[in-house]
Amino acid sequence: MQKDNALQSKVPVWQDPFWRSVIYQMAALGMIALLGYYLLTNILANLERQSIATGFGFLEKESSFEIGESLISYSAADSYARALWVGVLNTLKVSFVGILMTVTLGTFIGVAHLSSNWLVSKLAAVYTEVLQDIPILLQLFFWYAIFYELLPSPREALNPVAGVFLSNRGLIFAVPESHPAHAYILWAFLAGCVTVFMMRGWARGRQEKTGQIFPVFSVSLGILIGFPLITWCLSGAPAKMDVPALRGFNFEGGVTLSPEFAALLLGLVLYTAAFVAEIVRAGIQSVSHGQTEAAMSLGLRPGRILNLVILPQALRVIIPPLTSQLLNLTKNSSLAVAIGYPDFVSVANTTINQTGQAIEGVALIMAVYLGFSLLTSAFMNWYNKRMALVER
Amino acid sequence: MKVFKWCIVAATTLFVAAGVAMAGDTLDAVKAKGFVQVGVNGSLFGFGMPDEKGVWRGLDVDTGRAIAVAVFGDASKVKFIPLTAVQRFTALQSGEIDVLCRNATQTLNRDTALGLDFVQVNYYDGQGFLVPKKLGIKSAKELDGATVCVLPGTTTEMNAADFFRSNNMKWKPVVIEQTSELNKAFFAGRCDCLTSDASQLAGNRAVAPKPEDYAILPEIISKEPLAPAVRHGDNQWKDIVHYSVLAMINAEELGVTSKNVDEKLKSKDPKVQRFLGVSPGNGKALGLDEKFAYNIVKQVGNYGEVFERNVGTNTPLGIERGLNALWTDGGLMYSPPFK
Repeated sequence: MQKDNALQSKVPVWQDPFWRSVIYQMAALGMIALLGYYLLTNILANLERQSIATGFGFLEKESSFEIGESLISYSAADSYARALWVGVLNTLKVSFVGILMTVTLGTFIGVAHLSSNWLVSKLAAVYTEVLQDIPILLQLFFWYAIFYELLPSPREALNPVAGVFLSNRGLIFAVPESHPAHAYILWAFLAGCVTVFMMRGWARGRQEKTGQIFPVFSVSLGILIGFPLITWCLSGAPAKMDVPALRGFNFEGGVTLSPEFAALLLGLVLYTAAFVAEIVRAGIQSVSHGQTEAAMSLGLRPGRILNLVILPQALRVIIPPLTSQLLNLTKNSSLAVAIGYPDFVSVANTTINQTGQAIEGVALIMAVYLGFSLLTSAFMNWYNKRMALVER
Repeated sequence: MKVFKWCIVAATTLFVAAGVAMAGDTLDAVKAKGFVQVGVNGSLFGFGMPDEKGVWRGLDVDTGRAIAVAVFGDASKVKFIPLTAVQRFTALQSGEIDVLCRNATQTLNRDTALGLDFVQVNYYDGQGFLVPKKLGIKSAKELDGATVCVLPGTTTEMNAADFFRSNNMKWKPVVIEQTSELNKAFFAGRCDCLTSDASQLAGNRAVAPKPEDYAILPEIISKEPLAPAVRHGDNQWKDIVHYSVLAMINAEELGVTSKNVDEKLKSKDPKVQRFLGVSPGNGKALGLDEKFAYNIVKQVGNYGEVFERNVGTNTPLGIERGLNALWTDGGLMYSPPFK
């Protein structure tokens, strides 16, 4: 043992594999840092030489441009920072709704593809093949053209149900007028969520002890709908609606779903769902049929076979590629600029153009998309860990 | 060995980056290259767009040619680089182009914070509104609550916001990046009106399914002096570009055209003699050939010829001279004396 140590200390540092690898990595890291430093100082020196303004000071200035749709109040008198924030929220809105719809539709199509019904299975196959193969930008142009070419002008708007208007300005529908009761209803709903969560824990515990199964789903649904409904009745059932009406050029009041948003959402969801469908199909087929037969021989019903046997195993195959598709959807939402939806890239482009600070603007665009992607990845990785095979 | 490899990679990168960082005197660099690189629009009829044979046409394109003629005495020693509105200033700042002739509006911010210098205006424009006649609107003041189609990447968005704000009117912009897509959406009725520079509105209307169904409102809501731009700091190059544009304007004022320029060489008028380089001095002062103005008129034409050829009343755009007439005809085109 002692001899061994002595031998090791005699090996020079540059021949010791451990130290050698450390030195190489330090050298590589140093080189990259040096290069980064050089590029940065080079850019700054050049900008200085050409007397181009630098820095993020412009964010405080008045933006002086309007944005078509916004989740928060915004006007041309607000700052660039607020304008960019409006863009971030618009991107989040279309990505979030898009992801929920894509997962739902993709799963549905993927399962349909495996259906024993010939027609259903072939329809799903055709859907997947066709939509996968057409570039997303073309699909966006197509859906947008459909909205503005086929729908009538606001003065001749379609009015299928009272309070709902469909025109080339978008889908405009009535919403309840704002009332203090709405806040209480939201709280009641949150309270319902907590109750459901606790009830599920209790039901699982009871099932493990006694083997009795509690109807969790129907009771949860009852609580989630019942709590807000009771609150609404208790606060005097306010039912006054904010009905849109045509004034001048356009509808006022109600809530508007713009053709740009609808076209972007539709394009993204239909395109990405085709990929998700293939992933879901592959995931389900990766679970060998023997598992289903084994579960059936235990006397489980089809619904429980899917929930307890197939899905937990299929999800392990599905989640990693699904994550990358959801990231694609978020990134593809930047194509919005082509059809006029004011997403983050669109707002950032206008900002760059008005201030001329392209480097800062592009850096912001990259930072925001990196942020979105890392958040999505983090969530999906967490979900993946939860679903991973637990070795006992 | 690995370390060596890394050293070589890093050294090469540094070398290449350093080469990019250094840019010499623009005129010397242009002469060494053998051609002028001009940033143009690429898809704006009448200002910068290749025709069906692939030959570049337009007012800005001819301005670029005039600069090439001034430097090389040859209108073909020019390379046009189509740029989007977002790319254009960066391309100039980074040295990718030598001069920008891309219907860019001169503003204080661009002249200072962007490190650019604008020269003589080659087109005085202003922003207006195009509306379908069936809306029955006679004035832009009646546009309260309207949905407006806007092309991004210009001063257009800000002008429109300023106009509606100062008149206390509500509006909704629809901002689409490509002119063709924007036009389609507007003609299909997605917006109540389209806003852009008046010169472009004429072009937009010309491609409508039924041009007679659309009208340009009388209000001009902004000043848009469109001028070529160069990088800040190279005064000699700026003078060359500046006087190349002015040479075309001065030629029109002196009655010199591409047709009669050879006869005018024999003119007794000292102003014409100095202008065409018969009595030398102007060329040397700029560091150019004494015949630079003669060559510009001979190969490109005077301002009036260039205007009529590209955007005038006999073109599909059919734009009147208006503000772009000579000062002697009530316009704004005015050249300092060439002496």
